[in-house]
Amino acid sequence: MNAEQPQPALLVDPAQRIFKVARRNFVDPEIFRAEKEMIFDRSWLYLGHSSELPKPGDFITRKVAGRGILFTRDSKGQLRALLNTCPHRGAQVCRERKGNAKSFQCFYHGWVFGADGKLRSQPGEASYPEGFKGRDTSNMQPVPRFETYRDFNFISFDSNIMPLVDYLAGAKEYLDVICDQTDAGMSIVAGSQEYSIRANWKLLTENSIDGYHAATTHATYFDILMSSTDNLATGMGAGGYGYDLGNGHAVLEYGAPWGRPVAQWIPGWGEAGKSEIGRIYDNLVARHGQERADRIARRNRNLFIFPNLVVNDIMALTVRTYFPMAPDYMVINAWALAPNDESAWARKYRLNNFLEFLGPGGFATPDDAEALEHCQRGFENSKEALWNDISKGMGKEKAQHDDELQMRAFWTQWNKQMFPAPASGIKSAAA
Amino acid sequence: MQSANRTEVEDFLFNEAELLDQWRLPEWLTLFTDDARYEVPCTDLPADASSDVNLFYIADDRARLGERVKRLMKRTAHAEFPHSKTSRIVGNVRIQSRREDEIDVTSVFQTLRTKDGVTDLYFGTNKYRLALRDDGFRIREKRCLLGGEGLRPSGRISIVL
Repeated sequence: MNAEQPQPALLVDPAQRIFKVARRNFVDPEIFRAEKEMIFDRSWLYLGHSSELPKPGDFITRKVAGRGILFTRDSKGQLRALLNTCPHRGAQVCRERKGNAKSFQCFYHGWVFGADGKLRSQPGEASYPEGFKGRDTSNMQPVPRFETYRDFNFISFDSNIMPLVDYLAGAKEYLDVICDQTDAGMSIVAGSQEYSIRANWKLLTENSIDGYHAATTHATYFDILMSSTDNLATGMGAGGYGYDLGNGHAVLEYGAPWGRPVAQWIPGWGEAGKSEIGRIYDNLVARHGQERADRIARRNRNLFIFPNLVVNDIMALTVRTYFPMAPDYMVINAWALAPNDESAWARKYRLNNFLEFLGPGGFATPDDAEALEHCQRGFENSKEALWNDISKGMGKEKAQHDDELQMRAFWTQWNKQMFPAPASGIKSAAA
Repeated sequence: MQSANRTEVEDFLFNEAELLDQWRLPEWLTLFTDDARYEVPCTDLPADASSDVNLFYIADDRARLGERVKRLMKRTAHAEFPHSKTSRIVGNVRIQSRREDEIDVTSVFQTLRTKDGVTDLYFGTNKYRLALRDDGFRIREKRCLLGGEGLRPSGRISIVL
């Protein structure tokens, strides 16, 4: 970014409990271009879950931050993240969404690559020097960095980025809490929700960790929920807090009245469900002890990993990632994650729960999308109406789940990466 | 209703489309049987995938379909307030198979939705299982197979497809 800023990106004054975000950050094409370089080229980005490639030869093609990635499990069982570009003349090599293959042939001139990206053969080999195939430059290029934490696979285009486990900071422990639901591992359920919102991507970051909007934005969902649950048992947001997890990551942890497949029963699930949920809960207690079992089973988590990954451990378990395509348009991929040892009953009710609230056909997500799109419309006035306010709960010793600490954690990291030179674009660096 | 013909099926489906275009959703709901299902699978799933083991966009039983209608008629269903304007074209209607008390029907649809100055297109195939009743057809199952990949740029299914 040019150091010349017409106004700061953030306006922060802890003493006055002021934290404002310039609406320009959501609309300015310059900011959009700079984010590609300063945010998406310098962070760890979620690529996919190991369970999506169970067998050697399995592959998926996926776009991550505008790059075409070929995600494979090679013949030795090792996961690989390759740039899906032919080293010869640059054509996209694999054109299928997913499948299983021993090799990948670029159809343009017929070069053939293994699932490890190594050149196997090319037509007219005699016209190339001896040893051509042995050159690194003859192979499909791996992404600069590729690391995995508990089957969550991340890539980075920054070869100097810190190791993934360090990057995850406090988010690591929350991923552990989520993955510890089972000791049989987790899998992505088949079926990808692929949708879009006509709004800036950072609005979805904010929305995903916003405990403040639920009562009004999702009024119709709560109407339905109250008719299917004993709403006196656990109020929405009961004992809930928000946490800054470092490096821009954040989480809400709270109680809620909805059923959780691991493991909070609701009357709508009947007696069969009661014994099943009881069995899952007892098993958690046996493995983790009462306290951690209660946290795993009865608390909800909206976990945000900077800059664009959300793992929601709520009425179902979701993995959601999203990418800006324009200042006012983003694409979103969302999946359901589930324990491998779950019964057919639990899987069915998990998916049923998921669809009631979540996704572009659910009773809540469409209203979120509408809210985000109307923020984007509101920002049409950003030249005169300059600032968003995310100061709720500032200065508290412990932020509640419906305060805005989580958003401040995101924006502080965003600002740090966007404007690394001191005092260029921020009045005060403190949050 | 033992000898349902295509014209009768077309009349039924055109009427369904009109009820939806006119936002007469409670009336539309009466077209369904008590054990009905309305489902929209994700576009990377096979056409016959089960919502018990796969993630869909929508997998409503009759009770949830009723909740969907109730919700969409409220001012607090923000995604559809004010209601979008829609125009549905239904075509290629065919009776695929007949059983004693029901028939399988397929049709293609193109639905345009306009809200706040933006128009989106939804298209695909609807597969119906229609129960044959003395007073006409009832929908026992409606499965909407979206064409295209994902929901881009339409983004959401806040109307009924």
